[in-house]
Amino acid sequence: MTRGPQALPPSWLVMASLIPFVLVALPIGYVIVQGWQAGVGGILQNLIRPYTLNLLLNTLTIAVSVTVLAGLIAIAAAWGTERCDLPGRRWWRLAVALPLAIPAYVSSFAWSSLGPWFQEIQGAILILTFYSVPLVYLPVVAALRSLDPNFEDVARSLGHGRWRTFRRVVLPQIAPALGGSALLVAAHMLAEFGALSFLRVETFTTAIFDQYTAEFNNQAAALLSGVLMLICLPVAFAEARMRTRRRVARIGRGSARALVPIALGPLMPLAILGFVLLTILSFGVPIVTLGFWVWQGHSAGQGIERVLPALATTLGYALPGAVLTTIAAVPLVIATTHFRGRFAMLCDRLPYIVHGLPGIVVALAAVATAIGFLPAVYQTSGLVLLVYLVLFLPLAQSSVRASAELVPRELSDVARSLGKTPFQAFVLTILPNLLPGIGAALALTALQLMRELTATLLLAPAGVVTLATEFWNYTSDRAYGAAAPFAATLVLVSGIPVYVFTMRTLRLNDVR
Amino acid sequence: MSLLRVEALRKSHGDHTVLKGVDLTVEPGLVVALLGASGCGKTTLLRLIAGFETADSGRITLGDRVLHGPGIHVPAERRRIGYVPQEGTLFPHLSVAANVAFGLTRAERRAGRADEAMRLTGLAGLEHRYPHQISGGQQQRTALARALAPAPGLILLDEPFNALELGLRRSVCADVVALLRTSAATAILVTHDPEEAFASADLVAVMRQGSIVQCAAPTVLYRHPIDVEVARLTGQAILLDGTARDGTATTMLGTVALQPGAPSGPIRVMLRPEQVTLGPADHGVAVRPLSSVFRGDHALVTVAIGDTTLDLRLNPFDDYADTLALRVNGACMAFALT
Repeated sequence: MTRGPQALPPSWLVMASLIPFVLVALPIGYVIVQGWQAGVGGILQNLIRPYTLNLLLNTLTIAVSVTVLAGLIAIAAAWGTERCDLPGRRWWRLAVALPLAIPAYVSSFAWSSLGPWFQEIQGAILILTFYSVPLVYLPVVAALRSLDPNFEDVARSLGHGRWRTFRRVVLPQIAPALGGSALLVAAHMLAEFGALSFLRVETFTTAIFDQYTAEFNNQAAALLSGVLMLICLPVAFAEARMRTRRRVARIGRGSARALVPIALGPLMPLAILGFVLLTILSFGVPIVTLGFWVWQGHSAGQGIERVLPALATTLGYALPGAVLTTIAAVPLVIATTHFRGRFAMLCDRLPYIVHGLPGIVVALAAVATAIGFLPAVYQTSGLVLLVYLVLFLPLAQSSVRASAELVPRELSDVARSLGKTPFQAFVLTILPNLLPGIGAALALTALQLMRELTATLLLAPAGVVTLATEFWNYTSDRAYGAAAPFAATLVLVSGIPVYVFTMRTLRLNDVR
Repeated sequence: MSLLRVEALRKSHGDHTVLKGVDLTVEPGLVVALLGASGCGKTTLLRLIAGFETADSGRITLGDRVLHGPGIHVPAERRRIGYVPQEGTLFPHLSVAANVAFGLTRAERRAGRADEAMRLTGLAGLEHRYPHQISGGQQQRTALARALAPAPGLILLDEPFNALELGLRRSVCADVVALLRTSAATAILVTHDPEEAFASADLVAVMRQGSIVQCAAPTVLYRHPIDVEVARLTGQAILLDGTARDGTATTMLGTVALQPGAPSGPIRVMLRPEQVTLGPADHGVAVRPLSSVFRGDHALVTVAIGDTTLDLRLNPFDDYADTLALRVNGACMAFALT
């Protein structure tokens, strides 16, 4: 009997894990097949033109600027709330994370309704930067809190001032959290569709959508998807490497000393002003603007009676989607946490490949595959749910994983020594202990699915109206008042719960 | 290495007064242990000396430099005071060599100061390892080398051996103290372990509720604690009530000699368990053992005297079933009963 994880997972687990693998392979296969059919000449003809260069420039400009700006703002904010004597730190911590409650396309709708300056590329960078700050801020805060303040004391006793201490001691140790979340933001930006579409910025995602829906040019859409994937996959892999290379921040045990906050002194008013401005720009403006349009739409009597049926449809897709995604995630998680070997490693890497697949590419591949091979499933809800599964698998996987890592591997060994088959052992011993993680995965996935726009837009059967698609239809016509109730409902049913959920899981409010 | 002088240092955290006017002088080249229960303010005192926190009032001077005083507060990074925290706190992203060289200027690095510190602390050969690749004792020595390398005027050690398991703790402690001696460093060591304090320090300062109540050489402290609490904090103490007259006292253990300067009248006598040994059968106080537990290098014998019990560590090569005769060796400390 070998100790530790067994080398080979049971066959039922392998079979169960293969389904997501096949689904993830589809979009990649689709792009390759389309590329093959186009041939070298077709590829060159389609891609080598100023249009592609312009898309590339816009896409990269947005991704790089948003990542850098959001990173800088997030580090400054995290430093302020975790290391300085800022009054009301716990409230500022909650305030900086507030944009989590507003989907990117809702906040770009709100900003763009203010005037044309907030459209085009400069507007997109501004809006998406404020949207992305919490995505970097929260991991950096968590890293700063787990960093023993003694490191900073030691550096100062060795003659390093505040800034040099930060650069040489703090920054290298929060680098995995900072780098990982910055790459995640970059991946999000490369894949962002809804917000950029409102703001009329031409990037790969919007171009793919236009090629497909307006010009019915499947091949061009697929080739652009291929280029986008070539940019996205390395980013996703870099993120994966960043996250697995974490070093232990503390050696030995014992309690970390309570922190003595740095006195801001004369800089205090400036710091408070910064936090006030950040909160106003990232949360205040979008939410007040949204409120204004809800009020406008209400007085014009627009669309409100359509919110409830749309909400019902949204839930009708989000809930089964969450269940399906979670069911698919469980075997993958078990394969990575309880077994080792090549297969387990592959299961572990799968989510990062998915992170590298923009929603629009996955949706397009699903449409093309359905039309080409299984016309019966095209325009069915089942296809929508399968695409949801692919896109949100990483989210469900990471939630389940948190529980799975706490389940001792020996549990199923003991059950087997008592006469259970591997499958029985799993159902009787491991599954019950995964329930908290499974619950979290269901909740988070359902909440995120409610605001999913891209895939729903492309795949939903004719006549199916969700909050997100209906919102998109109205805003495409610049009917802000009519669109607002759908956006407000999305913030209420998805945004706020996601925010509360995230802040609870991080437990940012205890002790300090 | 220079003289450290702390005068009337006070510090409060909110309503809680942590230090109530601490005075402490450390001569160059001495190792002083700050001994006290947790929460007595010893770590706060260390952090004020290091400059990580600011005192409310009082003065701190090192050599001829005022580090803290009215209108003066030198920041930690300009004090040149080395600091070895609990667990060593090595920078995990830097190699052993880079950790040791962290506080050195470019010129000092070129002069090979890091190598020198590593040679002194026995780290040669580990330069390219990372903190998680070396043992607990090596980590602690690296932390010390890092603090020693810039040749600070004073080194502060905050319970540096706490994270180590007991067996390793004694030997690493001995190593570190030997290193401090060879580099002639002035050092303050915070600890709650009296054995560690006695073994490592020239002087032990006992802290209680924000003040230093006694500062003396280990032997003086052990033999002449100024009160019952200091006696208990510095080791095991047997306390007996009695009456003193002419330098002796009558107690349940018979008549015992008192140290010079003892009060007379009703007193509380303090003696260390080592002072109690077996006497000749017909000489001394007869007691019945209640129980005897064999502990290898000693036998722990519990005896009843009147209505109290005493635990005695006796020779493990004898059996203790019958009545024993006890005697007290040496002079005992006496405190007036108030």
